[in-house]
Amino acid sequence: MSNKAIPVLATLSAIGLVVTLWLVFTYAPFEPVLLFNQKIFYWHVPHAFMLFLATTICGVSSLVFLKKRTPKWDDLALATAEIAVVFGAAVLITGSIWAKAAWDIWWSWEKRLTMSLLLWLALVGYVLVRRFAGASADRLAAGLAVFGTLGIPFIYTMVDKSDRHPQAGSGGNVMTLTGPMKLVFWMSVLTFFLWFLTLVMMRVQSAAGERELRELREKGLDAGVLS
Amino acid sequence: MSVLRQAARVAWKDLRIELRSREIVYTMAFFAGLIAVIYSMSFPAKPDLVRAAVPGMLWVAIAFAGTIGLGRAFDRERENDTMRALLLAPIPRLSVFLGKAISIAVLVTAVAAVCTPLLALFLDAPLFADPLPLALVLVLGAIGIANVGSVFAATLLKVRSRDVLLPVILYPILIPLFVAGTHATEALIAVVPDPDKAWYWIGFLGIYDAAGVVMSLWIFESLVIE
Repeated sequence: MSNKAIPVLATLSAIGLVVTLWLVFTYAPFEPVLLFNQKIFYWHVPHAFMLFLATTICGVSSLVFLKKRTPKWDDLALATAEIAVVFGAAVLITGSIWAKAAWDIWWSWEKRLTMSLLLWLALVGYVLVRRFAGASADRLAAGLAVFGTLGIPFIYTMVDKSDRHPQAGSGGNVMTLTGPMKLVFWMSVLTFFLWFLTLVMMRVQSAAGERELRELREKGLDAGVLS
Repeated sequence: MSVLRQAARVAWKDLRIELRSREIVYTMAFFAGLIAVIYSMSFPAKPDLVRAAVPGMLWVAIAFAGTIGLGRAFDRERENDTMRALLLAPIPRLSVFLGKAISIAVLVTAVAAVCTPLLALFLDAPLFADPLPLALVLVLGAIGIANVGSVFAATLLKVRSRDVLLPVILYPILIPLFVAGTHATEALIAVVPDPDKAWYWIGFLGIYDAAGVVMSLWIFESLVIE
């Protein structure tokens, strides 16, 4: 991952954010049931997509790290986990606002919201372990990520089986989107994907930097240059 | 098959220590009893309410008591740094892991076997309406907890804040197990028992355990390397 791509991606996502916001409020029509409230969908769902993408990347790169012990995979896992926590928080907050608008209740155990919450809890656990588990933090966190990812299909089945909630209007389902709504939605997804990519690349860079600094310091200590 | 025989030997070693001191079983049984008493004092003892709430109570009790027991079982290996000796022993690491997981599974099952009658007694809960499937649910739950627990507890031994981090790691991973266990228990003790639903969740637990065990066998070695 090169340095030069970061500013370009950041600029693109900034432009995308402005354009998408403008389109959301001027171009996309009102959804027939939820009307104006449905606008939050253009933020909520892309964030959820990024949450799932980040979790999957984190799980897979953790597994590769455990198997191969190449630190750069660990950097990637750390970066995606931390960013997934932020995106997940956005999913939960926007989801809660949407639930208030659609069902007049701040938190309901709606299946996708429940699933996001459970994933998010595992990710917060990952970050906590990373910070407080000392020398074996990377391995422990990687194990947590691997098992957490393994659990996703189980959580999905479980939540799907025990949920009785209605869809929040037709605008709540990506598959039923048409015309301008569909276009704006996918533009929003693209924007947040670029933003996600920017953040991940920056975090990977800083994680690699931290690691190099630590290794250099250890080398210095071994050589007696540092004390 | 020597892997399994050696695993059995490691498990038997752990269980023999426990049989001699009975530390974990006694303290966990007491703890489970306390939880049951606290439950019966904090919730209204109306039969229909108890029936609705007791599956959750049972699994929360198992989760708490199981985590404490698990931490204690691994603490034993820390006190004289015997975990290192165990890992250096001329047997496959696989046997060490399996042996640990088996002994923990037995312990957690014992904890569940204590919790269940106590809850049934204090809350007058109909937990023994269908005892055999319920026992199966509890054993499957214990296997799942022991499996994931053994993968992480061994690595956590060296970590200062291990007591706090063990639940931080285990609970997010084990949520599907606890929920499935609760649903299965609920279906078994309902006024009109729903065996189809119960067996669906028992199957779910079985597949969850199998997937977890395969994953642990695959990665535990990368986790415990010193």
